[in-house]
Amino acid sequence: MAQAKTTILSPRLDAVLARRLLGQMALIRRFEEKAAEMYALGKIGGFLHLYIGQEAVAVGATSTLRPDDYAVSSYREHGHCLAKGSDPRRVMAELFGRRDGLSKGKGGSMHLFDKSVNFLGGHGIVGAHLPLAAGAGFAINYQGGDQVVLCFFGDGAVHEGEFHEAMNLVALWKLPVIYICENNRYAMGTAIHRALAQTEIWRFAETYGIHGEAVDGMDVLAVRECVGRVVERARRDKTPALIEARTYRFRGHSMRDPAGAVYRTREEVEREKQRDPIALLTARGLKDGVLSEADVRAIEQNVADAVDEAVAFAEASPEPPASFLFTDVYKD
Amino acid sequence: MAVMTYREALNLALREEMRRDPRVFVMGEEVGLYEGAYRVTQGLLKEFGEKRVVDTPICESGFTGVGVGAAMLGLRPVLEMMTFNFAILALDQIVNTAAKMLYMSGGQYNIPLVVRGPGGPAAQLAAQHSQSMETYFYHVPGLKVVRPSTPADAKGLLKSAIRDENPVIFIESETLYAVKGEVPDDPDFTIPLGQAIVRREGTDVTVVAYMGMMYRAMEVAEELAREGMSVEIVDPRTLRPMDTQTIVSSVRKTHRAVVIEAGAGFAGMGSEILSFITEQAFDDLDAPVERVTGENAPMPYARNLELLKTPSKAKIAAAIRKVCNA
Ligand SMILES: Cc1ncc(C[n+]2csc(CCOP(=O)(O)OP(=O)(O)O)c2C)c(N)n1
Ligand SMILES: [Mg+2]
Repeated sequence: MAQAKTTILSPRLDAVLARRLLGQMALIRRFEEKAAEMYALGKIGGFLHLYIGQEAVAVGATSTLRPDDYAVSSYREHGHCLAKGSDPRRVMAELFGRRDGLSKGKGGSMHLFDKSVNFLGGHGIVGAHLPLAAGAGFAINYQGGDQVVLCFFGDGAVHEGEFHEAMNLVALWKLPVIYICENNRYAMGTAIHRALAQTEIWRFAETYGIHGEAVDGMDVLAVRECVGRVVERARRDKTPALIEARTYRFRGHSMRDPAGAVYRTREEVEREKQRDPIALLTARGLKDGVLSEADVRAIEQNVADAVDEAVAFAEASPEPPASFLFTDVYKD
Repeated sequence: MAVMTYREALNLALREEMRRDPRVFVMGEEVGLYEGAYRVTQGLLKEFGEKRVVDTPICESGFTGVGVGAAMLGLRPVLEMMTFNFAILALDQIVNTAAKMLYMSGGQYNIPLVVRGPGGPAAQLAAQHSQSMETYFYHVPGLKVVRPSTPADAKGLLKSAIRDENPVIFIESETLYAVKGEVPDDPDFTIPLGQAIVRREGTDVTVVAYMGMMYRAMEVAEELAREGMSVEIVDPRTLRPMDTQTIVSSVRKTHRAVVIEAGAGFAGMGSEILSFITEQAFDDLDAPVERVTGENAPMPYARNLELLKTPSKAKIAAAIRKVCNA
């Protein structure tokens, strides 16, 4: 399957790239803030896990992909879905449980799927989508393609056996899968050192004989550079990799843990917020002279408009009809 | 028609479907080089190569997840569980991922996956290797569950399972692999999922049974025929979707029913069959429906105890006599 190669990344930040990365991160941030508001208003129900603070990982990583590459994630997946290119209106409609949502309102916040952009879903069972990503890689090889799969998951998934089964399989079978562990240092309320005997997650790669690397997950350019390298190698040589993106979630685990303050100190949270990935990129862009204050304001305005439009779209979309209860249980 | 074993019929179904559709591949523990723990995949590696006959490490959850992911990208995996007892390690992938993907994605991703292998009571394999496993799966919307009793069914139903667009749980039996029977040669021969079959016609009582219990019920029916009792035997073949119509029609004709199940009776398949018979044909019944089930204990190793665990011919005959004399 011949495909145009993506260009090798320039570590330099140009204006187009800066606007694109900042635009995507700002969109996710605004989307999540709005989702929290809508949750407080009762428009969104169930579990809602916000991605605020981690935007650089999804945006930096997916920015290295071709449209026909795949991505798959956990239940904290709004950011990955949007970064892969899904329409924010349909994502918001899904959160609202409406008919025009990506999954017709049947999946909700934790189960966003978008076949049109090769987003293989949001999965609610910790660790379970890691073998799935291996399966996507298996299918790519089987079909003779040169796409790659990015699989995003939390540090909590590393506790699970399926992490280790999946690492072994992709290494053994040389599958083009990049595992990106978003190490935000907590699995719900469990700090990483209370759960993992080896807290340097990237080191598990050594055990399985694949490439492992830790990257500053607050620096979108560093993520882009690191993931870009392993993506190109995976495309070329079918070599999997394990990337540990060190990041932090600024909010609680979910809306049921709004403050996220019982198991970590306020000082810690405030300190981490000093390394806000959006602020870091903005500062870098301004300093390098590739972004102007006006650019930044325009991006903020654009994403605010896009998110307002997403909410209006979700509000206007009807509830799924009762008949939808029984559709999509089996395919004919 | 050719006469072949149940094992050969499964093997033929796999070969024919792999020849027919390049998206079909077989994956599991010892399916390739070793040719299958029960030789169901014998010769497949030689014919189709390593790409399509894939030996896995011992990681049921992992390789089942691989199957689901591959199915999302359009392949049609046939996964072998060395025995279905080990499928519990993959229960999350099957129940939470495969069965619900189509629904959670609003119809975007269907999972055309077959998970097959032997299950049910086996010969002195004790508690962890000898048990009815269908119970763990037929409760789940989104799954189809097949229990093929004869060589012809094994072939026709496996082919349908592979062609199906949904995850299908296909549970064979160690004790039936050597059973011989006539199997149609036609490579287009299939048996639709969800169709029961009347194995033996009769007029006095309907007995519902599948797999080993079906054969046991057939023997009992022959013995009772000498006493002048006419027993009809219906084999559901597919447990989900269940062909309630064929079973209920039979009960409407005979007015009596006995449901047999090898597994422990509590909340088992027998309870479900009994309830839809009662719901749909209560007025046609001349006697309360009887259930003959496995005992509510793990499978013991000792031969004498093992014999006590599953429904004996004597118990089946007693239940039939009871409903007929009511
Ligand atoms: C198998 C399983 N066990 C437990 C849970 C409950 N649970 C949901 S999220 C979570 C923590 C996961 O943390 P991590 O993987 O670090 O991801 P993060 O929430 O930090 O993004 C737990 C325990 C679950 N969803 N699945
Ligand atoms: Mg975490």
